[in-house]
Amino acid sequence: MTWRVSYARAFMGLMVRDLYVLRRELWPFAVRVAMNPLLFLFVFTYIMPHMSGGAALNPTAQMSGGTGVNFSTVLLPGLMAVAIMFSGIAAVALPLAQEFGITREIDDRVMCPLPIAAVAIEKIVFSALQSIVAAAIVFPLAYYVPSTPVHAHVSNWFFLAAVLILASLLAGAMGLTIGTAVNPKQIGLVFSVVVVPITFLGCVYYPWAALGTIPWLQTAVLLNPIVYMSEGLRAALTPSLGHMNEALVLGMLCLFLTLLTWLGLRGFRRRVVS
Amino acid sequence: MTDSSAIVEVRGLRKVYAGKPPVVAVAGIDLSVRDGEIYGLLGPNGAGKTTTISIATTRAIPSAGTVRIAGVDVVRSPALARRSIGVVPQYNTLDRSCTAEENIQFHCLFFGMSRIDARARTAQLLDQFRLTDKARAYPISLSGGLAQRLQIARAIAHRPRVLFLDEPSAGLDPQSRIAMWDGVRSLRAEGITVMLTTHYMEEADELCDRLAIIDHGKILVEDTPAALKASIGGEKIVDLKLSSPDNAGQLAARLNAVEGVTGVESTADGVRVLARSEDGIIERIVNASAGFGVRDLATTEPTLETVFIKMTGRDLRE
Repeated sequence: MTWRVSYARAFMGLMVRDLYVLRRELWPFAVRVAMNPLLFLFVFTYIMPHMSGGAALNPTAQMSGGTGVNFSTVLLPGLMAVAIMFSGIAAVALPLAQEFGITREIDDRVMCPLPIAAVAIEKIVFSALQSIVAAAIVFPLAYYVPSTPVHAHVSNWFFLAAVLILASLLAGAMGLTIGTAVNPKQIGLVFSVVVVPITFLGCVYYPWAALGTIPWLQTAVLLNPIVYMSEGLRAALTPSLGHMNEALVLGMLCLFLTLLTWLGLRGFRRRVVS
Repeated sequence: MTDSSAIVEVRGLRKVYAGKPPVVAVAGIDLSVRDGEIYGLLGPNGAGKTTTISIATTRAIPSAGTVRIAGVDVVRSPALARRSIGVVPQYNTLDRSCTAEENIQFHCLFFGMSRIDARARTAQLLDQFRLTDKARAYPISLSGGLAQRLQIARAIAHRPRVLFLDEPSAGLDPQSRIAMWDGVRSLRAEGITVMLTTHYMEEADELCDRLAIIDHGKILVEDTPAALKASIGGEKIVDLKLSSPDNAGQLAARLNAVEGVTGVESTADGVRVLARSEDGIIERIVNASAGFGVRDLATTEPTLETVFIKMTGRDLRE
């Protein structure tokens, strides 16, 4: 068996194991990925518009004011970005924290006959698969839940696929970086310190262009990778809404993917090799 | 200096952990494990046993020196070396999301076996380690002894040349320990070399063909358990307690002249006589001690612990 074949089989073995375990936990997985977008859409695009004619409490009115697009349309790509990112955290960062802190299962996994970096990359790839599924689940929800229809239109499928794949890998790399950088005992804090801020400041609930009225914030959020996920999906799915330049989005997704993969692999190696 | 029959070759191994002050975990170890033997590293906690094993199993990078497993340098080619290695660490690393059977099966897949081969190998190992009735149990429900056996079964599933066991009986009850020993001995039939660490002298004595006593990151002595025990100069140890230990020195001089006595040491309450195991030896010792007020007499065979105390001046468990 050449080393290439040996590495490939070990990598596939790891994927098969992860898929097998995921299949057994399909139900919790589905609930996990569907709950956030479901409630979000329900509250903001169903309940709120029904309230008192919607005027004061309804962000739809504000949003649609300039663009002629309703809030459901703003939310679709944003919620997909959040679903993608949450999956990265849930599929990589949380299990890793558990493995480093309690179960040490990872110690057996890194004894597989392939480079240690490949064990970490498998985690990123597997997490990316879950992210894509999670993003896909947002679609039917955004179609059925809101009281006003979503205006989605894909003109460039290649661009959509590229954004989806890059964003999903990026989420896995972010999960790896967080999972290896944070003390396992403090992984709970990650939600308040990292996940919630980057979500709320990730142009998820508003397009980046709409931040033009707050220039310092519009510049600051450029450091947030979630911005490029949301804006990329906005450009791919709801182009009628103002969005960032496509090439810039792809470039920044690649940049963050490289950076976080590098940080994650370095952190992983530090954790498992002394 | 290379031993052609060696499957594990450790040369000039050092490991210093950075810190203030830096911690020297391994301070220059050379050893060779021969193909097919059970080799033990015996020493107290913190002696450097686990670090040595971690380096050999590609989990730690040495500060200096080399480890070769079946001729492969573990630092240069860790992924390749891992194909020849099976590892059971000190703690349970079983996959909690998979059953006992799946733990072994997936391990086989990781090492490139086909599904059919993996299934056959799993069934065989479950049988060999008497785990067949637990095939569908999840690791969380297995007792310490069963989990340990499952870990060993999984570690050898890809037929490694060497199995590393780090403190294999830590936390096991006596009965499970004996079952685990049987499991380890059965590996000999498969031609698997075993390298283990332990701080239980009974375990080293019972299980190992050869062992190294290690302390402060260095090997103090290396030999077969029998030769190590013989090396302290007696096959029998006779402890005499005296009513007035002040006379111990005088008695020691007399006992040294007794035929069959190979050494005499003073103890807190009398003398310790090292002697050859031969007919009449006790009688001669007792006769020579007449008039010294012997209150009690205890005989023991030398143990590895005696060897350790002799080499370091302290107890293994200190």
